[in-house]
Amino acid sequence: MSRHHTTDSTLFSALRRKFILGMAALPVVAMAPFNSFASDVNTTGLAVTDDEVTVGILHSVTGTMAISETGSVQAEKLAIDQINAMGGVLGRKIKFIQEDGASDWPTFAEKSKKLLVNDKVAAVFGCWTSASRKAVLPVFEQYNGMLYYPTFYEGLEQSPNVIYTGQEATQQILAGIDWVVKEKDAKSFFLLGSDYIWPRTSNKIARKHIEKKGLKVVGEEYYPLGHTQFNSVINKIRLKKPDVIYAIVVGGSNVAFYKQLKAAGIDLKADNITLLTISVTEDEIRGIGGENIEGAYAAMKYFQSLDNENNKAFVKAFKEKWGSDIVIGDVTQAAYLGPWLWKAAVEKAGSFDIDKVRAASPGIELTTAPEGYVRIHENHHLWSKTRVGLAQKDGQYKVVYETKELMEPNPFPKGYQ
Amino acid sequence: MFDGYTFSELTSILAMQGFAGLILFSVFVLMALGLAIIFGQMGVINMAHGEFMILGAYVTYICSHIFSTYLPSLFGIYFFIAMILAFFAAGALGALVEWAMIRHLYKRPLDTLLATWGLSLILQQVYRSVFGAREVGVTLPDYLLGSFQLTDIIEVPINGVFVMCLTFLITLGVAYLMFKSTWGKQVRAVVQNRAMAGAVGINTEKVDRGTYALGCGIAGVAGSAFTMVGSTGPTSGQLYIVDTFLVVVFGGAQSLLGTIASAFAISQSQSTLEFFLSGSMAKILTLLTVVGILMLRPQGLFSLKIRR
Repeated sequence: MSRHHTTDSTLFSALRRKFILGMAALPVVAMAPFNSFASDVNTTGLAVTDDEVTVGILHSVTGTMAISETGSVQAEKLAIDQINAMGGVLGRKIKFIQEDGASDWPTFAEKSKKLLVNDKVAAVFGCWTSASRKAVLPVFEQYNGMLYYPTFYEGLEQSPNVIYTGQEATQQILAGIDWVVKEKDAKSFFLLGSDYIWPRTSNKIARKHIEKKGLKVVGEEYYPLGHTQFNSVINKIRLKKPDVIYAIVVGGSNVAFYKQLKAAGIDLKADNITLLTISVTEDEIRGIGGENIEGAYAAMKYFQSLDNENNKAFVKAFKEKWGSDIVIGDVTQAAYLGPWLWKAAVEKAGSFDIDKVRAASPGIELTTAPEGYVRIHENHHLWSKTRVGLAQKDGQYKVVYETKELMEPNPFPKGYQ
Repeated sequence: MFDGYTFSELTSILAMQGFAGLILFSVFVLMALGLAIIFGQMGVINMAHGEFMILGAYVTYICSHIFSTYLPSLFGIYFFIAMILAFFAAGALGALVEWAMIRHLYKRPLDTLLATWGLSLILQQVYRSVFGAREVGVTLPDYLLGSFQLTDIIEVPINGVFVMCLTFLITLGVAYLMFKSTWGKQVRAVVQNRAMAGAVGINTEKVDRGTYALGCGIAGVAGSAFTMVGSTGPTSGQLYIVDTFLVVVFGGAQSLLGTIASAFAISQSQSTLEFFLSGSMAKILTLLTVVGILMLRPQGLFSLKIRR
């Protein structure tokens, strides 16, 4: 009797177990259309679980470049927060691992390898200087990672493993020069830059474009990075009397240049001279001081003052997260696009696999971008509009011009190299 | 390059260029004086010199904030108060650093290089944590902006004149301290022969601390003044450190007069070359010349004649 009873109860408990298992399986079955199994959307062993996907953020938060890269980190974190609040990517919350490139290019390479090989991140948002991008490029190509790079840069590069969310040189330069020639009747230009690849390549493109129009470049000068004394070049500018000073000075030098320009009595608000820059965003103006740069023009794709609904929402969310006295520059906005473009590509591909995301990327469009509308080109750069802003005393730009059409990215411009 | 310009245009430009050279000269002297005192008189290679300057700049930034918020009526004079505070802040930090770190390293002068370099990294990160990674903008009273118009073409930047006057006053002050005061005599005695100076009753430790604090304090004033012409950020000090060492080493480490002569030579050659060549080439040629001269004369332009 007792034996029979045992069998009976074993049978019963086995049945009960089966029933419970069935109950447990129910929600999984029900969720399946929204939340596919990790093995289906991730065939290459990335850090993707059923409810989480890991990405990397790789910027300098220490060292010289921390000045510039802080904004990008903040923008990327904001975008990730917002995406998570909307339910994540393919039903998975984004988790990020942040690494510090420490303004040192070998460190960037090492950290990117760590993110790709150890952490197996599905995408990396990062880098700022061209030097750091060049340093991580071989790593991304070797281990097949995906980098979203936010800075406007000199072009001459196109990697299957990078999406360039900032403008390449021709997008920024050509529209700006066309504008200044038309609006300010400019005939002569003085090109000035910090001495490294971006200003030199950019000025080369600018010079070709100016000379194609039959106009004159009356001077071209480069100063070492970190140079703090610009009185000599200011005297040269005074002697050559150009209609336009085309300035691509960067970093701490920027502050010195504009302060000394003002002190030398060159009034940027006056009609006889126009200063056009492609290197001073609202971020840099904080250090320079609005009163020192008031009246200068900048050509880039984004200004904080852009008057559209997307941008108003973006600025509001950014200030809520990072403080009300913060300013947002061109690169910060471009960094914000990174996670959104990645999300769109992953969802179009239906997979986190790098190869599928890459294949899905061209043609991805964002109608919600703060700068308006952007679309990824076959060459991995963005179609975007270029704007000209007039620097105000309060440190903001007033948008005075916007290209009608999206500018086509052209990282290898024929006739400009 | 001078085709098509009138004679008066050329003379005006040359006059302004000469003036640009003088401004550069004052900037060099001002940033090198503090280092010359510390390196020349004590043999301490102070790699954190730039960070002491930036401390002065941040003190100025704080003052500009406080005055514009709480004392707008006195905003016009805040800059002078800020400079004095910058002197004492940087000097106090200097004395602290000397007590905590430098005094243990007098017998190992090369190690001061590493120790102060580490200090500079620490200070940079402290500035970054306290003031943020971004550069801060220092608002100046209006009368310090802009320029005097002398003729149609010649314009003299006000901040340049201000830096020149300040440099002149501080140099006079340091010269008086070093060559006329009792304290200066003690410093020079310690430099020439530490053991004998101690034997005749000079408190060499106290002299060391005072010298180090004075050098740092002057760096603070320099940093405060440079908010007019340059940037204020956690790593801005690095922009000055190379030029500063160049001036001090080239002038002969132990001679204040040498520092001034070398600042003059470097600034004039650089600003002249900058006018005729591009900025980067000018810098390269200046550096090459300095290296060449130092190879022939390793002790620098001026050196003390002392028994070793």
